[in-house]
Amino acid sequence: MIIAKKKPMEEIIEEVKDFDKILVFGCNECVTVCEAGGKKEVEVLASALRMYFMTHGGEKEIFEKTVERQCDHEYLEEIRKDIDNYDAIISLACGVGVQFTAEKYLTTHLIPGVNTVCLGANEDRGLWTERCQACGSCVLAKTGGICPVSRCAKRVLNGPCGGSTNGKCEISKDVDCAWQLIVDRLKALDKLDDYEKVAPVKDWSTDRAGGPRTVTREDVNI
Amino acid sequence: MKVNTQSNLEKVLKAGHLGVTSECGPPRGSDPEEVKEKGSLIKDHVDAVNVTDNQTAMTRMSSLAACVHLKLMGIEPVLQMVTRDRNRVALQSDILGAASFDIPNMLCLSGDHQSFGDCAQGQNVHDLDSMQLVQTVRHMRDEGKFLGGDDIKRPPKIFVGAAANPFADPFEIRVPRLAKKIACGAEFIQTQCIYNLDKFEEWMKQVCDRGLHEKTFIMAGMTPMKSVGMAKYMKNRVPGMDVPNEVIDRLAGVDKKDQAQEGIDICVEAIQRLKEIEGVSGFHIMAIEWEEKVPEIVERSGLYPRPEV
Repeated sequence: MIIAKKKPMEEIIEEVKDFDKILVFGCNECVTVCEAGGKKEVEVLASALRMYFMTHGGEKEIFEKTVERQCDHEYLEEIRKDIDNYDAIISLACGVGVQFTAEKYLTTHLIPGVNTVCLGANEDRGLWTERCQACGSCVLAKTGGICPVSRCAKRVLNGPCGGSTNGKCEISKDVDCAWQLIVDRLKALDKLDDYEKVAPVKDWSTDRAGGPRTVTREDVNI
Repeated sequence: MKVNTQSNLEKVLKAGHLGVTSECGPPRGSDPEEVKEKGSLIKDHVDAVNVTDNQTAMTRMSSLAACVHLKLMGIEPVLQMVTRDRNRVALQSDILGAASFDIPNMLCLSGDHQSFGDCAQGQNVHDLDSMQLVQTVRHMRDEGKFLGGDDIKRPPKIFVGAAANPFADPFEIRVPRLAKKIACGAEFIQTQCIYNLDKFEEWMKQVCDRGLHEKTFIMAGMTPMKSVGMAKYMKNRVPGMDVPNEVIDRLAGVDKKDQAQEGIDICVEAIQRLKEIEGVSGFHIMAIEWEEKVPEIVERSGLYPRPEV
């Protein structure tokens, strides 16, 4: 899923302080699961803003709404009837949801309430970690199911680099060396010989290097 | 053995001599005199001089420019190139630039992560990795073609090297990783600094058992310790470094003012021991900001004068 992290309160206040009627807008998908932008977080942020502006003399109306998905035209329609009531929307969705909402409501100010961090998983209570960078050309079949693109700080395809120590990356003792994990997994699969196959120069045109990416499927375009 | 380039280092190694290289870090400024001075301190005692590429991710004078300064003084450079800062367009372009000055050697590296340096908030590139960079240089030289497939007018004639760390993790792939670099086309290898001689010899035995020493020239990396403080720092803080307690105890066992000399002695003794090991083709002496000591180390190790080839 997409992992997001709440923006600092001060940053949000700075962005919305000149608006009077503000919708705090949540999303019931990824940001709910990673506890950054679901119904619960909408309530918490809306309450915090009300308290702030009450004590700082601002006459603000703060509204709350959470939809099933902000990355879906159908669900975004749910706020159309009320859209003129808002001067600004703080969207707690990922960057996709914020932009989809902005595209749909051209004359309403849109402010992101979270920072979109990565594609990842809930590894442990309160811990979300990256697993994919959507490079558009998956190499996991060749790397024991561990991704060197997203999990190696240098995206080394023929790793590890010289900085791998005791299973950890040179950038931090808290970060696993992706290539240690790859070697461990190849060993578990009894495929350590595969390590010596050289990964060729990668086609990064499917990554962000190729510009904004699209998927077109004629078979579902009916 | 067929020589492919004008590299003196290649000729020395292929003639069967023990090669000697050293290293020179470009300055954090634009004064060329610093590079020239370092170069002149070591030029008579080595076959070629590595020029580091923004080492530890600290912004410095470009490696290629510093190489040109050395080359114009008649010193043979080894251009170090990391994949951190340049994509395949820039890498190929700089390879041609180096070849236009007849810089005949390159060492291909991934480079320390930018978080260690003065631009921790910068992007890194890593379009290619170090092994793919080795492949790229070999492709440009041997096929005379760019990665994109077009012909190169006057292809670069460059002797290509890579780094190896005999002490690195994961343990199981220390030797396979070297094999992979050789398969990519690495013609010489410069190793991480060696202090744990027993462990290095163990690695070298496995390298020789696979016959890898016959497919590349392995130059053992040596860095003299200036003090017990430096030894402890290297042991505890530098990733992938193996400094045995005996080295620290020996340095700690002499007066502070004598520790630098003790460090040189340890280095010379290590070279003398490793000279006799099968598979060692030479030495890469990295006397960090201590270039003036290189001549003494080379002479006392019996590696002077350098052969004329």
